[in-house]
Amino acid sequence: MANETPVSIKVNGKEEQRDVEPRLLLAHFLREDLGLTGTHIGCDTTQCGACTVLIDGKSVKACTVFAVQADGSEVTTIEGVGAEGELHPVQEGFWEEHGLQCGYCTPGMIMSGIHLLNENKNPSEQEIREGISGNFCRCTGYQHIVNAIQYAAKKG
Amino acid sequence: MIPQEFQYRRATSIDEAISLLKESGDEGKFLAGGHSLVPLMKLRLSEPGVLIDISRIPQLSGITEKDGTIQIGAGVTHAEVASSDLVRRLCPVVSECAAEIGDPQVRNRGTLGGSLAHADPAADYPAVMVALNAEVHIKGPGGWRAVKSGDFFQDLFTVDLAEDEIIAAVQFRPARNAAYAKLHQRASHYALVGVAAVLEMEGRTCRSASIGITGATGHAQHLANVESALSGKELTPETIAAAARIAADDLEEVNVDLHASEEYRRDMVRVFTKRAVEQAASR
Ligand SMILES: Cc1cc2nc3c(=O)[nH]c(=O)nc-3n(C[C@H](O)[C@H](O)[C@H](O)COP(=O)(O)OP(=O)(O)OC[C@H]3O[C@@H](n4cnc5c(N)ncnc54)[C@H](O)[C@@H]3O)c2cc1C
Ligand code: FES
Ligand code: FES
Repeated sequence: MANETPVSIKVNGKEEQRDVEPRLLLAHFLREDLGLTGTHIGCDTTQCGACTVLIDGKSVKACTVFAVQADGSEVTTIEGVGAEGELHPVQEGFWEEHGLQCGYCTPGMIMSGIHLLNENKNPSEQEIREGISGNFCRCTGYQHIVNAIQYAAKKG
Repeated sequence: MIPQEFQYRRATSIDEAISLLKESGDEGKFLAGGHSLVPLMKLRLSEPGVLIDISRIPQLSGITEKDGTIQIGAGVTHAEVASSDLVRRLCPVVSECAAEIGDPQVRNRGTLGGSLAHADPAADYPAVMVALNAEVHIKGPGGWRAVKSGDFFQDLFTVDLAEDEIIAAVQFRPARNAAYAKLHQRASHYALVGVAAVLEMEGRTCRSASIGITGATGHAQHLANVESALSGKELTPETIAAAARIAADDLEEVNVDLHASEEYRRDMVRVFTKRAVEQAASR
C-alpha cells in the first residue's frame, strides 16, 4: 500500500519491524499485526484504559497512540508480564484477591498497576485509586483491584 | 475508529518542524502528545493531511531555572511537570495543576505546549499560566516572539498562534503564595471551573493579586475585578469572601453544557475563587 512507513518497535523484548500506515493505532498494530490480543479495546475514545500498555516504562492508552509514534521504543503488553507458571506480583495479586470478574479491564488494570508500583513502591490506598483512575471496571467495584495492587506492593 | 489517511513526518529541530509544515501547504499539523489531536482525528473532526511529529525535538524538552524564572519546554509532559523537583520546590502550583490533569496515562503523553496551543476551554494549565503572567515563547518563519498568557488565549480553541508557528517554551516567575482550585468533571477530569490565584503577600496584606480562570467561559482569562478587590487589602475571611462574591459578575457568555448550567458554573466560580485565594494566602 502506498504511504507506508517503516517502524521498528521492541515488543515484549522482541524487535518487530513492519511497514505500517501512519494512521494505524498502536492498539491495532499489537492486536492485528502481532496477534497480541491481550491488549483490549473498550471505548476506543481514550476513556477506559482497557488498551493500556507501557511505552518505555510509561503507561499509555494504545488506542490513542499511532504505531509510528512508538517507533524506536520498547512496548510492554500484558503478554510480556510474568511467565507461564510464574505470575508477576501484580498478576498474583489479582489472582489472590479476586481482582477480576469478566476480565475485560484486567490487562489494562495490571499495566496501570505495574506503572504505579514502578513510580511508587508503597502507595497508599488513595494513591492506588488515583493510579488506576484512567481505567474503568464495570464489574468489580474496584475494591478488589485496590486490594490486588496492595498485595503486590506488600510482596515487593 | 480509524482516522483519515495522512502522511507522517518527524522533525528533529524547531526549524525543521517549521519548514516541514511549510512544505505541507495548508495540510500540515504538529503532533505532540496527541492527546487532544488523535481523539479528534479518530472522530474525523480533524483531518490533517500531514502530521509533523514534534515530540522528539530536544529543544522542546527540559525544565530549567534561569535568572529567577522557570522555563518549561513545550514538549514536557504533564507527568514530568507533576514530578519535577525544581517546579515542586519553587512553584508548586504548577506541579499541582499538572498532577490534576486527566489520569496517569493522559499525563504520560500530553504536553504543556499541546495544552496551550489546543486551548480547550476546560483545560487546566491555561488558568495557572494566566495567573502567573507566564510568557509563551513562540518561533515562526519570521523568528521569535513572546506573548503574555493573558493575551495568548483569545477565544474558544483560539490562541495568538499562526498555523506555522510553534510554541517552544513557557517562562514565568515562580510564586510561593499560589494555588489552583478545580471542580473536575468526574469522568474526564477536565475543569468544570478552575481558578488559579497568585498573590504577592507582605505579612497578611496582599500587595497584588493575579487570578486566572478556566472552564467557565470560552477561554482562560484574568478575573480583573477580583484582582483589584484583593490588592492592597489585609486578607481576612471577610475580605476574601467579599472578593469571591463578585468573581462571576464580569463574566459574559458563561459555558453551558450537560455537566453544568450557567447558574451552577457562576456559583462554582465564586466558591473556587474563594478556595484558591484562601489556599494561596495560607502558604
Ligand atoms: C481522557 C482525557 C482526559 C483529559 N483530561 C484533561 C484535563 O483534566 N485537563 C486538561 O487540561 N487536559 C485534559 N486532557 C487534554 C490533555 O491534557 C492533552 O494532552 C493536551 O490538551 C494536549 O497536549 P498534547 O501534547 O497531547 O497535544 P496534541 O494533541 O499533540 O496537539 C494538540 C494541538 O496543539 C498543537 N500543538 C501541539 N504542540 C504544539 C506546539 N509546541 N506548538 C504549536 N502547536 C502545538 C497541535 O498541532 C494540535 O493542534 C485530557 C485528554 C484526554 C484524552
Ligand atoms: S480503548 Fe483505549 S482507552 Fe478505552
Ligand atoms: S472485571 Fe469486568 S470490567 Fe473489570
